[in-house]
Amino acid sequence: MRLAIMGAGAVGASVAELASAYGHEVTAIADSNSAAIDPNGLDTEAALATKRASGTVGDDSPESVLEAEYDVLVEATPTTLGDAEPGYSHTVSALERDRHVVLANKGPIAERYDEVRAHERNSEGRVSFDATVGGAIPVLTTIDDIGRSNVTAVRGVLNGTANFILSRMAAESLDYEHVLAEAQDLGVAEADPTFDVDGTDAALKCVILANVLFGGGYALSDAAVEGIREIPGAALQLAAEDGQTIRLIGEVVDEEIRVGPRLVPETGTLAVSGTQNIVQLQTERAGRLNISGRGAGGDETATAVLGDINRLL
Amino acid sequence: MSERTDVRAHTVRLELDDEPGELLNALGPIAEHGGNLLSIFHERGNRTPRGRIPVEVDVEATPERFDRIVDALRQTGVNVVQAGAERYSEELTVLLIGHLIETDFSDTLSRFERCSSASVAEVSLTVADDATDASSARIRLAAHAGETDRALDTIREVATEKDITVISPLTGGDAV
Repeated sequence: MRLAIMGAGAVGASVAELASAYGHEVTAIADSNSAAIDPNGLDTEAALATKRASGTVGDDSPESVLEAEYDVLVEATPTTLGDAEPGYSHTVSALERDRHVVLANKGPIAERYDEVRAHERNSEGRVSFDATVGGAIPVLTTIDDIGRSNVTAVRGVLNGTANFILSRMAAESLDYEHVLAEAQDLGVAEADPTFDVDGTDAALKCVILANVLFGGGYALSDAAVEGIREIPGAALQLAAEDGQTIRLIGEVVDEEIRVGPRLVPETGTLAVSGTQNIVQLQTERAGRLNISGRGAGGDETATAVLGDINRLL
Repeated sequence: MSERTDVRAHTVRLELDDEPGELLNALGPIAEHGGNLLSIFHERGNRTPRGRIPVEVDVEATPERFDRIVDALRQTGVNVVQAGAERYSEELTVLLIGHLIETDFSDTLSRFERCSSASVAEVSLTVADDATDASSARIRLAAHAGETDRALDTIREVATEKDITVISPLTGGDAV
């Protein structure tokens, strides 16, 4: 397949680097203000080297990628809320050209799922987005395999940054601010950690899960979301004295979406530590399935993107 | 602190003969021995095999006073089927985070009990060194079977009013 990649951050760059190993060819890549296009196959290494040196991937405009030769548009621009732009327009543009879209960007399918699906129905192209929930963990693929009507509830730890902070706070008896600073030094938390620590990122993933399980109709505004900033180290110690700990848990149960800090058994399945993510699927007839792994990272997310692309073949 | 939390909600289950004055007769000893009557559930349409009417009474009292109440009820010939915390068959542990002391912690706890018929079984409190910081508490509640959801709703209601964050256990997920 010929890939056009919108977004040259950690995920977009990794997809570009790994594409040939998966038997695909990159014909275009764009960052927020430039693009490199070659219908005969782009030298992705050169484009990424140019970006490292000059801050741009090439001399073309990002919009021109949408007009380029490609089979699959990889939407890896940063997640935005509300109108989910520019990711939403990129998705629509590809579908209107009867091209496939593989998203790593959560915005369009969390905030405008029904519209994206409506465009998909009028297109020869298909939309897939396994990378948006749980990074490298094949959550949506597994739901697809089980059959969405056989999944009765989903619970899990869906944000590695928040989980790192909570597990460090519990293990080292430290306060939130201290551990956040440490996480930022380690590159686990961003300079502005709002999306992660306020529960927004986990909530978007739950919204996507709800859209998949219930056939659409959900947006971020339908989720009840609480974050972890207000949790003092003392609260984690009180929990530990009782054999429990606190995790930021996302739930899709009874057609409702909740994200918030919850008490879970310290040695329980959901109490993963560090940046690990875990998703627990409750099924109609097959009990509970737990899948855990790395929920974020360039190569991890790119692996899920490339898996989606291979399934389009 | 210990003196105030000693006052607990207790449930007494009585069986009364279907005769005028029986209920009043049963309630007398409660007031006389300093119990605070919280609720009476009079199952008039529901008879025991011996034709008596079951009555459930929630009383707030210290354990000492509660023992005296039960003794006095038995002395006046009232049939006490069950008394005390035996019927609290489910437990619920929550964490509270916020300005717990400044918002009258003992009032918070007694309202949990008053409104939800749950009983506070254990409290661990960590007060923040700095008054501007939030304090934390772990509360273990004993609730009647099937009533933990209602207890949790009450806790959330009281907590919201006092700007206290409640961290509740995840239910329905894998416990182990």
